[in-house]
Amino acid sequence: MSNLDEIDLKIMRATQSGLPLTPLPYHAVAEQLELSADIVIERMRRMQELGVIRRIGAVPNHYQLGYRFNGMTVWNVPDEKIDALGKKIGNLDFVSHCYHRPRHLPLWPYNLFAMVHGKSQKDVDQQIKQIAEILGSDNRGSDVLYSTRILKKTGFRSK
Amino acid sequence: MDEIDRRIINALQTGFPISERPYLETARALGLSEQELLDRLDRLLKDQTLSRFGPLYDAEAMGGALTLAAIRVPDERFEEVTNIVNAFPEVAHNYARNHVLNMWFVLATETPAQLQQALISIENQTGLTVYNMPKITEYFVGLKLEA
Repeated sequence: MSNLDEIDLKIMRATQSGLPLTPLPYHAVAEQLELSADIVIERMRRMQELGVIRRIGAVPNHYQLGYRFNGMTVWNVPDEKIDALGKKIGNLDFVSHCYHRPRHLPLWPYNLFAMVHGKSQKDVDQQIKQIAEILGSDNRGSDVLYSTRILKKTGFRSK
Repeated sequence: MDEIDRRIINALQTGFPISERPYLETARALGLSEQELLDRLDRLLKDQTLSRFGPLYDAEAMGGALTLAAIRVPDERFEEVTNIVNAFPEVAHNYARNHVLNMWFVLATETPAQLQQALISIENQTGLTVYNMPKITEYFVGLKLEA
């Protein structure tokens, strides 16, 4: 964590659960931490440039927006092509997370993960078809995992 | 939720300024008053249309470690293993999924060493193999759901 110091971490802890809903939110954070607003603004801009802050914004609740069908789609694609394919799949509007992850053969042959979100099962089926079309002959097998139960969900959110 | 709420949600998924009067800037771009934007955000958070509003920090960029892991849990042990796994504070989310690998959880720690230790402890306490699937490359993370 070479680029961050104690001030950055204080700002992070003070804002990770949300930004104050007041006209001068960064001033409110500054006041709470006994810092100047300029410092808070400068530090947060820097953290955003460094990618420590991915973005500042709203995270909608999928369910409340009607996106009740959330599937973890997983694909077995050639390792030498995965970066090009992963970027294409990640660009699709309905994909919220797209990663290259390791296989665990023979039980788990899949190396490309894409979370998809739809308002109906039909939507999701269509999305899966669209991904399969993009992957074409590089699709060596796939599966879709749906969550059947939330066993634990804490306030932690990294993304 | 009305048309203005939808426009707010769609606009705020892509970003929010770090400046003196960020709500005022955003409100103007949406044709609203600052107070109306604040009131609506407050309501959207209270009624849980938004799960949060603010900076999204990247745990790994901050030096922390994060992974996705799965276990093949025998049906008759599912509750017992759920209790063991959930008892780890490092386990942020845990889901039952419809697959042979039927338990999937996200682990987050302040350091990579703590992550490895937690994975080993879960294996020891459950007696089951933990399939660790840390990201190798991230292609996209974000939300672009249309409200």
